[in-house]
Amino acid sequence: MKDTDIKRLLYTHLLCIFSIILSIFIPSFFLENFSILETHLTWLCICSVFVTAVNLVLYLVVKPNASSKRSSLSYKVARFLKCCIYFLMSCFFFHVIFVLYGAIIFETLQLREIPPVIYIFVFYRVTSIWENSLQITTISSFIGTWLGAFPIPLDWERPWQVWPISCTLGATFGYVAGLVISPLWIYWNRKQLTYKNN
Amino acid sequence: MLDCCARTGEEKETRALHAASAGRRVVFMGDDTWKDLFPGAFSQAFFFPSFNVRDLHTVDNGILEHLYPTMDSGKWDMLIAHFLGVDHCGHKYGPHHPEMAKKLSQMDQVIQGLVERLENDTLLVVIGDHGMTMTGDHGGDSELEISAALFLYSPKALFPGAPPEEPEIVPQISLVPTLALLLGLPIPFGNIGEVMAELFSEVEDAQPHSSALAQASALHLNAQQVSRFLHAYSAASQDLQITELHRLQNLFSNASADYQRLLQSPQGAEAALQTVITELQQFLRGVRALCIQSWARFSLGRMAGGAALMAAACFLCLLVSQWATSPGFCFRPFLLIPMACGLAGTIVCAGLLTTTGLKLDPVVLGAVAAVGSLLPFLWKAWAGWGSKRPLAALLPIPGPVLLFLLIRFAAFFSDSFVVAEARATPFLLGSLILLLIAQLHWEGKLLPPKLLTMPRLCFPASTGPPRHSGTYALGLGVGLLLCIRLAGLFHRCPEETPACRSSPWLSPLASMVGGRAKNLWYGACVGALVALLAVVRLWLRRYSNLKSPEPSVLFVRWGLPLMVLGTAAYWALASGADEAPPRLRALVAGASVVLPRAVAVLAASGLMLLLWRPVTVLVKATTGAPRTRTVLTPFSGPPTSQADLDYVVPQIYRHMQEEFRGRLERTRSRGPLTVAAYQLGSVYSAAMVTALTLLAFPLLLLHAERVSLVFLLLFLQSFLLLHLLAAGIPITTPGPFTVPWQAVSAWALMATQTFYSMGHQPVFPAIHWHAAFVGFPEGHGSSTWLPALLVGANTFASHLLFAVGCPLLLLWPFLCESQGPRKRWQSLGNEAEARVRPEEEEEPLMEMRLRDAPHHFNAALLQLGLKYLFVLGIQILACALAASILRRHLMVWKVFAPKFIFEAVGFIVSSVGLFLGIALVMRVDGAVSSWFRQLVLAQQR
Repeated sequence: MKDTDIKRLLYTHLLCIFSIILSIFIPSFFLENFSILETHLTWLCICSVFVTAVNLVLYLVVKPNASSKRSSLSYKVARFLKCCIYFLMSCFFFHVIFVLYGAIIFETLQLREIPPVIYIFVFYRVTSIWENSLQITTISSFIGTWLGAFPIPLDWERPWQVWPISCTLGATFGYVAGLVISPLWIYWNRKQLTYKNN
Repeated sequence: MLDCCARTGEEKETRALHAASAGRRVVFMGDDTWKDLFPGAFSQAFFFPSFNVRDLHTVDNGILEHLYPTMDSGKWDMLIAHFLGVDHCGHKYGPHHPEMAKKLSQMDQVIQGLVERLENDTLLVVIGDHGMTMTGDHGGDSELEISAALFLYSPKALFPGAPPEEPEIVPQISLVPTLALLLGLPIPFGNIGEVMAELFSEVEDAQPHSSALAQASALHLNAQQVSRFLHAYSAASQDLQITELHRLQNLFSNASADYQRLLQSPQGAEAALQTVITELQQFLRGVRALCIQSWARFSLGRMAGGAALMAAACFLCLLVSQWATSPGFCFRPFLLIPMACGLAGTIVCAGLLTTTGLKLDPVVLGAVAAVGSLLPFLWKAWAGWGSKRPLAALLPIPGPVLLFLLIRFAAFFSDSFVVAEARATPFLLGSLILLLIAQLHWEGKLLPPKLLTMPRLCFPASTGPPRHSGTYALGLGVGLLLCIRLAGLFHRCPEETPACRSSPWLSPLASMVGGRAKNLWYGACVGALVALLAVVRLWLRRYSNLKSPEPSVLFVRWGLPLMVLGTAAYWALASGADEAPPRLRALVAGASVVLPRAVAVLAASGLMLLLWRPVTVLVKATTGAPRTRTVLTPFSGPPTSQADLDYVVPQIYRHMQEEFRGRLERTRSRGPLTVAAYQLGSVYSAAMVTALTLLAFPLLLLHAERVSLVFLLLFLQSFLLLHLLAAGIPITTPGPFTVPWQAVSAWALMATQTFYSMGHQPVFPAIHWHAAFVGFPEGHGSSTWLPALLVGANTFASHLLFAVGCPLLLLWPFLCESQGPRKRWQSLGNEAEARVRPEEEEEPLMEMRLRDAPHHFNAALLQLGLKYLFVLGIQILACALAASILRRHLMVWKVFAPKFIFEAVGFIVSSVGLFLGIALVMRVDGAVSSWFRQLVLAQQR
C-alpha cells in the first residue's frame, strides 16, 4: 500500500468525473435539441460510452494489475471472454432486480446501469485498492439509484420526476459520489487495509 | 364569469361538475390543474401549464388570447377563466412590488374589457379564492389570507339602492347556491351556504312585492335543501346541539308555513314577505353557525395528550421487548402492577365523575387508564435504569431497519407519499428483502467461501460453516420479489392520480362480458383455490402432520376440500346468476344464500375443532423393534468334524441368547414399551398454519373472485419470507429466543402491501361495500353490526391474517431445522420401514426446543408481540401526528384523516389478531403439556 497508488486512483477518478461532466456539455455542440431530460436515453448512452472509453484508456495506461504473471495471448483472450460472460451475467442480474422493483420489462432494455457495470467489467478480479474503489463506487451508485426513486411520488411535477430519469440521475450522482469518496475512504483506512497480493 | 387568482376551492368544483351534468356548455380557460380534477367536464377548454411559480404570464396571456373571441362567439352557458398571474406574483415578489402593480392593472383592463362586452342577461363574477399575507403567501388561517374580494356586475341593475359603504361579508360557501340557482340548477345537497338574496330581486320591475317574492322563493328553495341536509346529518351523527337544532327546525317550519300561506294569497303585504325573508335568513345563518361550531373544533389539548400517550406506549413496547428476554426480568412489578394501577385509577375516576354528576366520557376514562398504567411503569423503569442497564439498550433496533422505520414514519407526513403508499410499500419491502440477502452474504451464511470472489473490505472472514447454499437464499429472494411484483398487478388507483389505471381484475366476474374470458378467469380462480389448498396440504404432509387420527387433521383432509368446493360453487353462481334460466332462479338465489354461510360455518367448526384438540400428533405404541430371527439351518445328527462344530456351536449360542431375550421382553411388555410420536417437532406451526387457512377461506369469500390469486400469493410470499428470515436467525438452543427486528418490520410491511393488493385504499369511497351482501343478498334488515363486521373483515383481512400469523416468525427457524433429514422423514413415514428407528435419536428437536425452555418461550412470545405492536404503533403515531399537525392542510380531510382512521382500525384489528395468534400458541402449548402428562401416567401404569 503506497500513497502513490492512492494518488493515481484519485487522479483517475477525477478524470472519470470530468468525462461525465463533458458528456453533459459536448453533445450539445453536435446534436440538435440535446438536453439531459428530454433526450435522456441519448445522454445516458453517451455518458456510458464516455466513461467506458476513459476507463479503458486508463486501464491500458495505468495497468493496475501489472503483477499478473502469465501474459500469453490465450490467457488474455480467456480472461476477456470471462469478463464478457461476467458482464452479461451482471446485466441480466441487474435487469431482473429492476424488473422486480417495478420497472416495465421492455423499457429496462436500455442498458441503464452501464457506468457501474462497465466498471465491474474493466476492473474485474483485481486484488488491490482498485477493487476497493470499485466496490465502493458500485455500492454508492446502487444506493443513488435507490434514493433516486424517492422523489417520484411527490407532486412537484418536475420533468425529472418521471420514472427512469430520476433513478438514472441518482445512479450517476451516486457514481460520482463514489468516485470521490473511495480514494478518501481508502486514505483514511489505509492502516487497516491489507492485501494478499501487495 | 371570471375567477381571478389561485387554487381551486371546493365550491368551484361542485359548481362546474354540476353544470356539466345538467347539459350546460361550460368553457374553461386557465390553470391546467382543472384538467385532472374534472376530466371531460368542459365542452371547450384551454389549459395552460401552471406549476412554475416564476412564470407570471403564460396562463394569463393564454387566457387573454382566447377570452374575447370565445365570449363573442356565444357558444357557452358558463365561462370560467382562471387567471393565475396575481397569485404567482404574490408568491414571487410579494404584494408591494412594481410587478404586482403591473399585474393588477392588467387585471383591471381585463375587467373593463369584459364589462364593455357583457350583455344584459350575463353576470360577471370576479372572485379570489384566498387573499395573501404581507409576504404574498397563503395557506394559513390569518385574516388577510382568508378574505378575498367579490365583485358582481351586470349591465342590468342588480341592487336596488346604492352599494353600502361597508359591504357585508359573504362566506365563500354562499357562492354555490347563488350561482346554482342563477343558472337554474339544483343546489348541491351538502352545501349549507345562503343565497345572496339581492341578486334575485327584480330591480327594474319596480314592484317591491314581486321583487320580495322572488327573493323569498330563492331563499325558500335554499332553506329547503339545507333543512333536508340538516335532517339527514342529524340522523346520522349526534354531534349537533339538540336544543339549537330544535329551535332551527321550528324556525324553518314556521317560515315555510308563512311562505306557503303568502303564496296562496298573493295580495299579502310586502311586510309579511320581508319577515319571511328575515326568518329564512336567520335559519340559514343559524344552521351555518351550528355546523361550524360543531365541525371546526380541534381540541389541541386532547390531540397533544393522545399523541403523547401513543408515543409513551410505543416507548413501553420498545423497552419491554428489550427486557423481556433478559434473565432478570420479572413480569409482575413491570407489567401487572401498573395494569392494576391503571384499572384502579379508572374506577376511582369513574366513581368521582358519577358522584359529582358529570358526564362519563369514555375517552377521558381510557386516557386515565392509560396514564395510570404508564406512569408506574415508567417510574419503575426509571428506577431500575441507572443501576444495571447500559444506555445503549435504549436503541436496540439495528441501523438499517431503523432507517426503514424512519422512512416509513416520515412518509406519513407527505400527502403524496400517503397517496402513493400502494407503490411505495412494495418498494420498501423489496429493499428490505435485498438488504436481508445482502446481510446474509456479509455474515457469510449465504455463499460458500469459494464463490466469494471479492475479498471483504476489512471484515474478518466468518469461520462458521455456511448454513445454506447461495442459490437457495437467492432463489427465495427472487421468488419473493416476483410474488410482490405479481401482487402489484392488483392495484386500485387513488382518486388523486387521474392518469393511473386501476387493475380491471379487482372487479367481480359478474361484471365481465364475454363468456370465454369469464370462463377462463373462473378457471384461474378455482385453480388458485386448489393451489392454495395444495400448498397447505403439501406443507402439512412435508412435516407429516396429516397422518394423525385427530379430528382437526381429519377436518383438514376432508373439510378444506369441501370448503373449496363450496367457494367455487358460490363463485359460479355469483358470476353467472343472471344467465340462469328462470326456473332455476329460486334455486340459485337459495344457493347463493346457503353456500357462503355453509363455508363460514365449516370454517368456524374447523377452528373450534382445532381449539379443542390442537395436538396433531400421531402416537404409536409399539413393543420394541421386531427382532430378526436368525434362520437356523436344519442340522441333524452328531457333529462329525471340526467344521461342523464350528458351525453349530455359535448357532446354539445365538439361539439361546434370543430365547433368553425373548423371555425377558415378554415379562416387561405389559405396558407400552416405547412411544413413537411423530410430528411433535412441528406441532405449534401446524396448528398455526391450519388456523390461518381456515381463517383465509371465509375472508376470501368476501372478496371479488379474482382476489383469490392475491390470497394465494399472500400465502406463497409469507412462506418464502419466513424461509428467508429463518435462514438468518440462529437457533440458540438453551438460551433466550429472539425474533430480529428486520423480521418483524418485513412482516408488518407485507401486511400493508397485501392490504393494497387486495384492492383497498385508505379512503372511504374505496371501501368494498358489496362484502356486506355475501350470504345476505337481501340485505340485513335493521341490524348494523353484522354488515359492519363483514365489511370490516373484507377491508382488514390482511391485517388480521398477518397478525394472527405473527407467532410463525418465532416458530419457523425451528421448523427449518429439519431441512437436512428430509428424506428420512419420508421414509419414517413409511410404516413398513420401522427399522430406521435407531436414527431417531439424531432427529432434530425442532419446536420441542421451545418446550424445553418454557420460560424463554413465553418471554419470546411476549417480545415478538411487543415488537410487532411497536412497528404498528409508530405507524399509527405518525398518522395521528400528521393529521393533527397538518389539520389546516388542503388535503387533511381527503388524505390524512381517512388514512389515520383506517390505520387506527387496522391497528385495533391487528392487536386483536396478534392476541388471538399468541393465545392459540399458548393453547397448543397447554395441550402438549397435558398430552405429555397423560403419556407419563400411562407409562407409570
